[in-house]
Amino acid sequence: MQNTPSVATPDSDIAVEDVSLRYGRGQNAVLALSDLSLAVRPKEFCVIVGPSGCGKSSLLYLIAGLQERTGGTIRVAGRAVSEPGADRGMVFQAYTLFPWLTVAQNVEYGPKRKGIAAAERRRIVDHYLEEVGLTAFRDHYPAQLSGGMKQRVAIARALANDPDVLLMDEPFGALDSQTRHAMQQLLLRVWDHQKKTVLFVTHDIDEAILLADRVFVMSGRPGLIRKEISVDFERPRAMDLVMEPAFIAMKREILELLRGDGDAR
Amino acid sequence: MTISSTLPSSKSERGHGKDGQGRPDARAAATPQARPALTENHVRQKSLTRTLFTPFGPIPPALAAALGIAIWVAILGIWIAVTHNGLVEPIFLPKPSQVVETTVALAQSGELWEHTLASVKVVLIGFVVSSLVAVPLGLTMGTYRIVQAFLDPLVNFIRYLPVTSFVPLFILWIGIGIEQRVAVIIFGIFFQQLVMIADAARSVPRDLVNAAYTLGTRRVETVRHIVFPATLPNVLDILRVTMGWAWTYLVVAELVAARSGLGYISLKAMRGFQVDVIFMAIAMIGVLGLLTDQSFRVLRRLAAPWAS
Repeated sequence: MQNTPSVATPDSDIAVEDVSLRYGRGQNAVLALSDLSLAVRPKEFCVIVGPSGCGKSSLLYLIAGLQERTGGTIRVAGRAVSEPGADRGMVFQAYTLFPWLTVAQNVEYGPKRKGIAAAERRRIVDHYLEEVGLTAFRDHYPAQLSGGMKQRVAIARALANDPDVLLMDEPFGALDSQTRHAMQQLLLRVWDHQKKTVLFVTHDIDEAILLADRVFVMSGRPGLIRKEISVDFERPRAMDLVMEPAFIAMKREILELLRGDGDAR
Repeated sequence: MTISSTLPSSKSERGHGKDGQGRPDARAAATPQARPALTENHVRQKSLTRTLFTPFGPIPPALAAALGIAIWVAILGIWIAVTHNGLVEPIFLPKPSQVVETTVALAQSGELWEHTLASVKVVLIGFVVSSLVAVPLGLTMGTYRIVQAFLDPLVNFIRYLPVTSFVPLFILWIGIGIEQRVAVIIFGIFFQQLVMIADAARSVPRDLVNAAYTLGTRRVETVRHIVFPATLPNVLDILRVTMGWAWTYLVVAELVAARSGLGYISLKAMRGFQVDVIFMAIAMIGVLGLLTDQSFRVLRRLAAPWAS
């Protein structure tokens, strides 16, 4: 549980340096992020945990290039981020499957945009649907799926595009707790197979520790990283881990860091 | 009646049976052993009306169909009653049989089809031309604020002007040919289509577009790849509704200046006191409206099966 300094090195997959984000102008300006820095190494699973409104989702949108930062630099796989692109896959909290496409067509969307040949696309779609266990639902429309299934397709769709990094913005936030636990296990299994660089945002501390190689504890107004915690529990990890004393100790530490912060907003 | 025997039981299974602790099951409390048969009947009767008049509650499909027919039978019945008793002068309200006879006669002479075709042609040209411009322009307007800022003040001014007030101007400018009627229709529906389609485009969730970006969609592709398919069911509904308005404006245009069409024969019939012809023309427009409406519903189901 040592505290590693978050300094971007040349081999960092995600390097965020002194990034700030300001909403509004003059007197009404709100500083959402203040000189925030973090670095994620290749194939690392990092989780940002923080109270709602601390700017953790905004940070993800900045990395995705979906929002303009006020200052600082962001590099993904060595390239400076200036606009959104297929190199940074993202899974959103809201359901964002294209409702007019079937499950298979949703997964196929990214590879198709890239101009990958039909036969190869078919292989990719089959593979990722298999990976998230939705082969039987390939011809269903999103409206016919449950919330958990929709997010599984969203994960398959993001991975099928073979991005350098996968950004996940509270993807299980809208799901009931049973489904959420199942999704966490599924994500861990898929990640074990695919080994992508992942930056995952959540306000659920259990979820953060369970999934992460490293947890960034973030506080709000203005948003900055309070602490980084390395999570060294052996993988594969099962749900039972949440009852281990070491897990609880880590959870207590994070809670303590966040205490008072939630009330402040 | 089958309804009375099947409905209350199915209701009690779904409604009372499951929520258990809420209110006591009325039927269970009134079993024949516990209460006299009369009370049981009373409860049964009450639960039927309760079922059928449950706010937003379902009704049996057979009943829905029967009610739909019943309203027509009722109207026809009243119509027959007042015309056959001489309550109303035939010169103002013809007998239904008279309307049917006239319709058959005009259909056999070909006159009915000639005028119907003339009207359909004008509506279709006006509607298609208007829609072909309104759909892409409306989607662009809803997607790009800069286009909206440019067009909104003009569109919102024009769309509140009554089309009828432009008819004299159109006659002066374009004459009384088919172009004038087409112009009235386009002017009547284009700006409404534009505003509604732009609204539909604006309601596309931002994160749907964001997701598309992270999957490699370029900004210039947003309207074609995301906004258009996402709004397609809405757009088809808007087209269906404005098609109905197109018929209204067509008749207005035909009443004012035309040499053919269903509105024109109505006006001619009025001068000759041929009320049956007016009724026929109205019925024909209704039938055509019903047909186009159903066509759009079928089209929507085929083009956007995911939204039904």
